[in-house]
Amino acid sequence: MKFLRWLAGMIFIFGLIFLIFGYLQVSLQTKLMLYLLICFMLSLVRVFRGPTPADRSVATDIFGILVIGFCAILAVYTGKDWYMDIAIAWGLQSFIGVLALAKFLEGRNFDD
Amino acid sequence: MTDLLSLIFIVVGITFDLFGSIGLIRMPDIYNRLQASTKCVTLGTCGILFGVFLKFGFTAAGVKALVCIIFLLLTAPVAAHALARGAHRSGVRPCKGSACDKYAEDNSPAAAKPLKG
Repeated sequence: MKFLRWLAGMIFIFGLIFLIFGYLQVSLQTKLMLYLLICFMLSLVRVFRGPTPADRSVATDIFGILVIGFCAILAVYTGKDWYMDIAIAWGLQSFIGVLALAKFLEGRNFDD
Repeated sequence: MTDLLSLIFIVVGITFDLFGSIGLIRMPDIYNRLQASTKCVTLGTCGILFGVFLKFGFTAAGVKALVCIIFLLLTAPVAAHALARGAHRSGVRPCKGSACDKYAEDNSPAAAKPLKG
């Protein structure tokens, strides 16, 4: 049973990668973005079926770090500078939000 | 040449991101998930940002990418540590196969239950 779950997951993930890089007739930029969207999808799966609130917080943290990379790829392939500003601001917001979530998990006040 | 090098850095970075996300799915326990995913995703995003720096050079966007690398290396471990501490204090126990739980032993030696397995 465990082996079957492993096999299904590996076939799904590597099938998606093979589909993106082998069959889709799109530009390289779109291929890289779709490759990164697989990571977003996997972290969102953990948000949806995490057993405890702490698991959802961890997945939110990972999601916030992934958005920084996504903004960086957008900055390369559109040539606009201000996507890097969005990346830095998103990193700050994600960091402060995760610290607030950790305080909330501890069950303490925010000004402690 | 620089374009090819930046593309290689970006692809390797996204691959590390993918490995971190797979670790987030696969691992049995919140502490293992933090361990597997935070380090992989931090290194992968730093790789992407270094590729962006190689692409842009020392312009405004490239220097912003370097600043973002330094900021990410400073903040991601702090956030992971705070999350692990908050999770432990909220009562999430390690999974069954764990060897020891030093944080619980240090905090309350009498109340720490010995883990089985």
